[in-house]
Amino acid sequence: MTATALADPPRSEDTFVELENVTLTYGRGDKQIVALGQTDLRINQGDFVALVGPSGCGKSTILKLVTGLLTASTGYVYVAGREVGAEQVRVGMAFQNPTMLPWLTVRDNVMLPLKIVPPFRQDYRAKRKTEFRDRADALLKEVGLASFGDKHPWQLSGGMLQRASLCRALVHEPQLLMLDEPFGALDQFTREELWAVMQELWMKLKPTVLLVTHDLKEAGYLANRICVMRTRPGQIIDDAEVPFPRPRTIEMSYTPTFVSMTQRLRELIVSARPVKETV
Amino acid sequence: MMDQHLRRRIWSIVFIIGFFVVWEALCWLFNVSDIVLPKPSQIAVTLVQRMPALWPHTLQTLYTTLVGFAFGIVVGVLLGIMVGSSRLAYDVAYPLLVGFASIPKVAVVPIFVLWFGSGTVPAVLTAMIMSIFPIVVNVATGLATTEPELEDVMRALRASKFDILWNVGLPRTMPFFFASLKVSVTLAFVGTVISETVASNRGIGNVMMIASSNFDVPLVFAGLMILAFLGVALYAVFSFIESKITGWAHRKDEFAMG
Repeated sequence: MTATALADPPRSEDTFVELENVTLTYGRGDKQIVALGQTDLRINQGDFVALVGPSGCGKSTILKLVTGLLTASTGYVYVAGREVGAEQVRVGMAFQNPTMLPWLTVRDNVMLPLKIVPPFRQDYRAKRKTEFRDRADALLKEVGLASFGDKHPWQLSGGMLQRASLCRALVHEPQLLMLDEPFGALDQFTREELWAVMQELWMKLKPTVLLVTHDLKEAGYLANRICVMRTRPGQIIDDAEVPFPRPRTIEMSYTPTFVSMTQRLRELIVSARPVKETV
Repeated sequence: MMDQHLRRRIWSIVFIIGFFVVWEALCWLFNVSDIVLPKPSQIAVTLVQRMPALWPHTLQTLYTTLVGFAFGIVVGVLLGIMVGSSRLAYDVAYPLLVGFASIPKVAVVPIFVLWFGSGTVPAVLTAMIMSIFPIVVNVATGLATTEPELEDVMRALRASKFDILWNVGLPRTMPFFFASLKVSVTLAFVGTVISETVASNRGIGNVMMIASSNFDVPLVFAGLMILAFLGVALYAVFSFIESKITGWAHRKDEFAMG
């Protein structure tokens, strides 16, 4: 397997993430569930790709495959030209649930990746009170949480926690950023505010981003490319560029071109919905 | 806020004093014999008079309990980590643990005496086995119920199993652990006293045994008072440490500030 992986380099110089004939099935025999049907996907370095589709279509599965949290049943997942798990790529991840550790302050939560991920972990003890602390504080300031570093997670609102969660996903300067509906549980205004924050951070740090979302407007605002997925089996049925220039604004999302784009995506998702089984 | 706290304090003190006052009053009212139930005032006098003789035994019991308890914590936490970190270990080891915990500890003391002779060693061991079970159960439960999302955060960072245990599993388990310590420390006293009663010539348990065979009931009750006091004192110590370490779980403001 390793031999094939090495003999089969990524097709393009820029390809950073590549899924090749990947499928994922749970269970055996009659109870087998196909979470992800035959899927090919290539993402360039520094790109921002959104995955949209109905629930249960395997969007999160793709994220988990790319981070190595799940292993593909068949096919290969490459990151940075190596099979996933073998590569030394720094990954940041943010979930719908902010998953802050309640016993740590917000700052310590943000600094968590520095404690775990090489090469930072070697210096953690020495630098946690100086350089790393400043780095966490700088990020917190950027998302508008400058004075909240010493608070504990339960003292912050949901939107604030999600901002902190973004900081944690970015503090170790990941080459790969995985966002699993990170704004899904927020109210509309907070969400739009965080889109702007996210866009700014991405334009500055240029990680390769894979965003899973239900929100087509969000996908249109943030992503360079939108992949539409269908369910049963989960599969990518459409892959389109988002032509708008950056930085994008909320006003842009009310323009006719933007609206017709989201409408097209919506129709794709609706038409790909599985026919309800009649009992 | 503070007023309410103070008021609760005062009420609990009033309640404790009231308990002894009612006890004293009932003894007077029904003219209860000393041999059946001594008056609290009499117990207090006995405590003061016999203190020089009781003190070394008190220290012995405290020492035995603490040593047994310390071993209990070490073994309990290690077992708890083993049982809690894997589904397999959980399923395999649990029935055995429950079976072990259901054995009346007083039945085990003679075996320890057979192996190690009478004295401090069986008392330490009894205190230890009494205190292990709640610790194992709580640590294992805390680890086994760690939210998968928290682990995913760590796994996405390529954290090792040890990293996850150290940074997520164990801190999350702390509130469970301290809850079990408060239970266990009182059980450790029970273990020590059982063993001292059966097989030792030192310690409060032994004093009470001899006193009761001499019908020196006030001294028996003086022993009980000492045990109760030690139990409450250690409980308070662990409550204090708990509030310092696991304040996050109770969302204490003072913890947040400090």
